[in-house]
Amino acid sequence: MSFPWAEHYTPKNPVMKWVDERLPLPRLVYNAVGAGYPVPRNLNYFWNFGVLAGVALTIQLVTGIILAMHYAANAGIAFDSVEHIMRDVNSGWLLRYAHANGASFFFIVVYLHMFRGLYFGSYKAPREMVWLLGVVIFLLMMATAFMGYVLPWGQMSFWGAQVITGLFAAIPVVGEPIQTWLLGGFAPGNASLNRFFSLHYLLPFVIAGVIILHIWALHIPGSSNPTGVEVKGPQDTVPFHPYYTAKDGFGVGIFLILFALVLFFAPNSMGHPDNYIAANPMSTPALIVPEWYFWPFYAILRACTMDFSIPFTGIVIIPAKLLGVMAMFASILLLFFLSWIDTSPVRSGKYRPLFRKFFWLLVADVLVLGYCGGAHAEEPYLMISQLATAYYFAHFLIILPIIASIERPDPLPGSITEAVLAKSKNKSDAVDAVPAAAAAE
Amino acid sequence: MATEVQGTDAVVGEGEGVRRRDFINIAAVSFAGVGGVAVLAPLINQMNPSADVLAQATTEVDLSAIEEGQAVKAVFRAQPLFVRHLTAKEIAEADAVDPSTLRDPQTLEDRTVDGKKQWLITMGVCTHLGCVPLGAGEGENRGEFGGYFCPCHGSSYDTAARIRKGPAPKNLVVPPYKYTSDTAVLVG
Repeated sequence: MSFPWAEHYTPKNPVMKWVDERLPLPRLVYNAVGAGYPVPRNLNYFWNFGVLAGVALTIQLVTGIILAMHYAANAGIAFDSVEHIMRDVNSGWLLRYAHANGASFFFIVVYLHMFRGLYFGSYKAPREMVWLLGVVIFLLMMATAFMGYVLPWGQMSFWGAQVITGLFAAIPVVGEPIQTWLLGGFAPGNASLNRFFSLHYLLPFVIAGVIILHIWALHIPGSSNPTGVEVKGPQDTVPFHPYYTAKDGFGVGIFLILFALVLFFAPNSMGHPDNYIAANPMSTPALIVPEWYFWPFYAILRACTMDFSIPFTGIVIIPAKLLGVMAMFASILLLFFLSWIDTSPVRSGKYRPLFRKFFWLLVADVLVLGYCGGAHAEEPYLMISQLATAYYFAHFLIILPIIASIERPDPLPGSITEAVLAKSKNKSDAVDAVPAAAAAE
Repeated sequence: MATEVQGTDAVVGEGEGVRRRDFINIAAVSFAGVGGVAVLAPLINQMNPSADVLAQATTEVDLSAIEEGQAVKAVFRAQPLFVRHLTAKEIAEADAVDPSTLRDPQTLEDRTVDGKKQWLITMGVCTHLGCVPLGAGEGENRGEFGGYFCPCHGSSYDTAARIRKGPAPKNLVVPPYKYTSDTAVLVG
C-alpha cells in the first residue's frame, strides 16, 4: 500500500483467486499484515505492543461475550450471578479471571505502546492521525473499563460509579442533572447497571472499528522506526510477513506466559478485595480507589484541593472540585495536541539527548502519580500529587516546546540501512576484539 | 519449505533433507496449535450445564400421598414429571393390549419396576413436539385410551402412557429412577 516496491498479491490457491476476484479481502489482509506491507527492517521489541494490544482486545472480546452468557445485569442478582460464574459455571472462574486480568494486561501493553510512541516521536508528522486515533482508543478503553468494573456490583463497583459520575456533578449549574441523567436515578441503581452493561458490550466493537482506522492511518506513511529516519528505499524494509509476524509471535508468547502466570497464580493481585462485598448504598468503603490503570489520573483529580480564586478578594472562579475534574480531563486531552506542541523536527529520542532525560522524568512522574493515586488522600501523598501534577502539565506545556527550540540533536544516520549496518559493524568489531584480546594475553 | 540440502557440512543432521529451521517452524506451529485447542476446551465447556443446574438433576417423589387412580405432576430437570397410581382396571386395560400392535411396542412391565406395577412414572413431555399432555391433573381430558392426551396435536396415550393415536412417535419417556423406600422414589 505504502511503498511502490511492496510485494503484490498473487493468489496461488484457485479458491483464494476466486474469492479475491469477487471480494478482495485476502488482498486486504495480505497488504495489511502479510508480505504486502513493507516495514522498516530495524524495529525493536517495543514495536510488539500494538499487536499485543490487539491480542488483549481479542481476549477481552472472547471472554466478555462468554461472560455475558452467564451474567445477569440486574442490581438484585448481578453480584450473585458473578459468584455463580465463579463457582458453578464450567471454567467460569477461568473466564472471569481472564477477563478481569485481561483488562489490566490490555492497559499494561497500551501504556507501553503509548510511551513507545512518546519516546520515538511516533506522534509527529506524517503520523499525527495515527496518534489522534490512538488517544481516541485510549479514551474509549477507559470508559469501557470503568463500566466493566461496575458490573460485578460489589462495593468498589457501586462507589466507583458514584464517584466517577459525581465528576460530572462538578460542572456548574447543569452538573447535578447530568449526573442524575447518567445514572438514571439519584444514586447508582438498576437503571445505571443496565445501561453500563449495554455500553460495556457496545464500546469494544467501537474500539475495534477505531483500531481499523488507526491501522489504516498508519499504513499510509508506513510504520515509524527506532531511528525516526523515514524509509528511503527497498533496502530499508522487510515484508511484514514472515519477519514481523515471527517477531510479534515471539512477543505474543512472552505476553501469554506472563498473563498465564498472573491468571493462575495471582488472579486477584490487581483487584480490590472490597469488590467481593456486595454493593451497599448505606456504607462507603474506607478507601475508594479505581483500578490501578486509572491511578495517575485519579491522583491528578485529587491533587486539586484549593479553589482557583482572585487573590485577596475571595471571589472563587473555579471551585476545587471542578478544577480537579478539569485537570484530570485536560491531562488526557492534552495528548491530542502533542503533535503540534513538540516542534522538534527530529522524531526519535535516540538522537535527542535533552528530550531523552525529560522523557524519563515524565515516566517517573507518571509512576509517582500512579502510586499517590492508589494511596489514601492524605499527606504526604497530596503534596506529592500536587507537585507531580504540576510537573506533568509543565512537561507538555513548557518543557517540550523549550527543548524543541534549544536542543542540539545528535547527528542522524543517513538511512535506516546505514544505522543498521553501523550497529552490526560495531557488534562484529566487538566480536573480533575478543580473540584479539585473548591472543594478546 | 526448501528441502534442497545446501551446505551439509555446516550443520550436523541436515543430511535427511529437513532443515533445522523446518523442524523449529513445524514444532512451534504445532505447539501453538495444541495451545489453541487447549484454550478452546474451557470456552466450549462453559456452555454445558453449570453446577447449580446439575444440582437439581435429581427429584425425590413421595408416593404415600397419591391415591389410587390419582396422578401428580412433579418437576424433574426443569420438566414436568407424571407420577400415576394406576387402578386395577387401568392395569388390566394396559395388559389387555398386544404390544406387537403398538407403534412403540412395550408392555406395562417394561415401563414399571417389578412388583410396583401400579406406579407409572413418566416424563410429562409429549414425544411429538414437547408439549405437556393433559391427564395428570384432576378432571383433565385423558383422551380416548384413558391415559394422557396432548392438546397440541391430538396424541393419545393409554394407561401405560404408550402412544396409541396421533402424531407422536414414541411412548412417554420413563426416566431412570429407583425406590429409596416403599413410598419414596428418587428420580435421576
